Amino acid sequence: MIRAVMVMNTLGKPRLTKFYDFQHVEQQQELIRRVYAVLCSRPENVSNFVEAESIFGPDTRLVYKHYATLYFVFVFDSSENELAMLDLIQVFVETLDKCFKNICELDIVFNYSKLHTILDEIIFGGQVLETSSTEVVKAVEEISKLESAANAIIPKSVSGWLSRST
Amino acid sequence: MRKCDTTSNIGNAVLYECICCVSSIYPTPKLLEAAADAISKFLKSDSHNLKYMGIDALGRLIKISPEIAEQHQLAVIDCLEDPDDTLKRKTFELLYKMTKSSNVEVIVDRMIDYMISINDNHYKTEIASRCVELAEQYAPSNHWFIQTMNKVFEHAGDLVNIKVVHNLMRLIAEGFGEDDDTADSQLRSSAVESYLRIIGEPKLPFAFLQVICWVLGEYGTSDGKYSASSITGKLCDVAEAHSSDDTVKVYAVTALMKIYAFEIAMGRKVDMLPECQSLIEELSASHSTDLQQRAYELQAVIGLESHAVESIMPSDASCEDIEIDKSLSFLNNYVQQSLERGAQPYIPENERSGMLNISNFRNQDQLETSTHVLKFEAYDLPKPSLPSRFTPSTLASSTELVPVPEPSYPREIHQAVSVSSVSSTVPSELQLRLDGVQRKWGRPTYSSPAQPMMNSNSQRPVNEVTQPDGVSSINSKARDVSYDSRRLRVEISPEKQKLAASLFGGTSKSERRPSSHKVSKTSSHAMDKYHVTKGVALTSETAAEKTTPLQPPPDLLDLGEPTVASSTPSVDPFKQLEGLLDPSQDSSVLNYGTVGAAKTPDILSLYSDMPASGQSNDVANPHSNNRDEVNLLSGTSNTTNRTALGVNTAIHSTQLNNKGLNPKDSLDKDALVRQMGVTPSTQNPNLFRDLLG
Repeated sequence: MIRAVMVMNTLGKPRLTKFYDFQHVEQQQELIRRVYAVLCSRPENVSNFVEAESIFGPDTRLVYKHYATLYFVFVFDSSENELAMLDLIQVFVETLDKCFKNICELDIVFNYSKLHTILDEIIFGGQVLETSSTEVVKAVEEISKLESAANAIIPKSVSGWLSRST
Repeated sequence: MRKCDTTSNIGNAVLYECICCVSSIYPTPKLLEAAADAISKFLKSDSHNLKYMGIDALGRLIKISPEIAEQHQLAVIDCLEDPDDTLKRKTFELLYKMTKSSNVEVIVDRMIDYMISINDNHYKTEIASRCVELAEQYAPSNHWFIQTMNKVFEHAGDLVNIKVVHNLMRLIAEGFGEDDDTADSQLRSSAVESYLRIIGEPKLPFAFLQVICWVLGEYGTSDGKYSASSITGKLCDVAEAHSSDDTVKVYAVTALMKIYAFEIAMGRKVDMLPECQSLIEELSASHSTDLQQRAYELQAVIGLESHAVESIMPSDASCEDIEIDKSLSFLNNYVQQSLERGAQPYIPENERSGMLNISNFRNQDQLETSTHVLKFEAYDLPKPSLPSRFTPSTLASSTELVPVPEPSYPREIHQAVSVSSVSSTVPSELQLRLDGVQRKWGRPTYSSPAQPMMNSNSQRPVNEVTQPDGVSSINSKARDVSYDSRRLRVEISPEKQKLAASLFGGTSKSERRPSSHKVSKTSSHAMDKYHVTKGVALTSETAAEKTTPLQPPPDLLDLGEPTVASSTPSVDPFKQLEGLLDPSQDSSVLNYGTVGAAKTPDILSLYSDMPASGQSNDVANPHSNNRDEVNLLSGTSNTTNRTALGVNTAIHSTQLNNKGLNPKDSLDKDALVRQMGVTPSTQNPNLFRDLLG
């Protein structure tokens, strides 16, 4: 299963973090810091896999991918294939690209709710749901249509309440 | 597998999974071939990721068909050299799996180099333990093995499991299973040499130091190449340098001891180096008792002659078991001689009647009661037997009035037994000898119905040690008169019983006194002040005996209270008293008080204020008596209890009396006050507050 998904920038600031097993907030911060420490010291041409046992505990590995100013990190255990995880990062980024039209870091900062939606379409509860980026894009577009429809008919406060309940 | 699109990541992922699958299922050659092909593709690729996967897959296939690895040797070596840390680790894992005795040396060397370069402790431990495992399994030669272990310890000594360290030591000690002594001794001398070289280096891990010290101690001088002084000098340096860790010092000291022992055993004279001597002296005062003990042992060993040393420390005997002769047959001679000199034979614990092992502190208190288990049924009245037991014990004890604490323990017990039997015999008749009892002993209600009870009560204080709840573990065969009358009481309320027993025990003090006199004569052994105080307290506070025996053990411990009868440690006063003894109990009572008081100074230093209090006894007596009556009255509802008001000569006895009524703390306060040197000339004010509510 997948333990965590992290998106952080090259300065170590986390832009998106999702932990699929429960951690306290302080622990989460600590883990993020440690992962960053490992990543920033990796030279360019090495493999994308790292043993994460000292950070996350036994039997955990992490795969990271470096895109411009962002690191995408997936933490998982031995039930997942590393190459497959690598591929999944690729899918995720492609989907983001399609949804946001040339995604950049600012998009992630300001649209974190949409980001979470997309991520939830791909990975949920530590398990991989969808690996086809087109499918994910379709689903996300439907959701946004629903949201905008709700916004149009009902005033904002109520619509917010409604959309929360759906 | 054929369909896989190897250009894409996911395709490769699928391929990898296939390989894993192949490796796990029953191998067919075709599949294996296909897998091997895929692996080679992986390894040849430039992407580190793919190399990583390749090596991983190779590792899995190796178990099935090791020859696959050989085709890819070059690739694997490349991976090893790779600056990529992850890849290196993966490759080491592969190597670990494919280690054989042919390539173990190389592999382990590489591993050690890598291990030295790792900063991450967690991973270092892992690699270190892997190295050790490989070395143990595939070591080509013992010499190499030791070298390797040395290196591992040097760099990761504290991370390695301590068991490994011990294994190494044992290995050196036992040799390698062959009966080739020369090989063993060669091994040992090589070990010694290498360790002597290493020992000078600073900052060695503790585990390693332990090994070094041990080896040097055992075998440093065995081949005679190195002089004892040089080795001992180095060991002393080690011990001083690592003053923080006790284990290392312990090993060093033991090693020193062994070296000296071997030297002595071989007939050579031993001069301790000055630094060794200072070290030993320093250690003799160390906080760690282990170190102290070893330091003293060393000093003792040096003083012995060679033959003795050889038998205690035979060289090269680290693997031999120590045989323990449970029956200690070698002491038989000694026992025989002691018996001839009049010592009492040892009576095993089961047979000692009158033994009560409430606590180990009170050897003398263990007298009276018979078994060493708590008795929960009502006890029998005592039998009027056992005068015979008394005489031999008196005879024996008369020879040993001078207290000799140590060997006398069994004798003491025996005397305790006899004492208890004595005390039990005396009131064996069911009547108290109350003819001489003065009124001052309390209410004139010593009625006969009370008597059997009192008798039994007196039995109890006499014979018990201290079963608080009144159900004492008195069980002596002497006593079998059923305490039926008491049985009811026993079940009624333990506290009342306690009080009753304590009170009644005091009244029967009169006839107990002769026995206690003799008792005191016989048991003269306990020398520690504790018992002394007890004895004196006994004498000075006659009534205290009432209360004390039935007090819960902690109470007794408080003031060193007298446990009834028997072991009164002081010899002299009782001897004197004996002459004074006569059926008129009251005089003896007084004598008790005064003599006891008089005698206290030279016996007791603890209770130095006792004589004062003892002497004020008489003055305080009527006073205290009244008080006692009041107190007791308030405390008890039972008429029979009131009869016991006679009480005592001593203030503390009254206070002790009240113990039955009061909580322990009043006594504690009193004890504290007295210990502080204040003689309570009046009753403890708090005492009364406690008493009267």
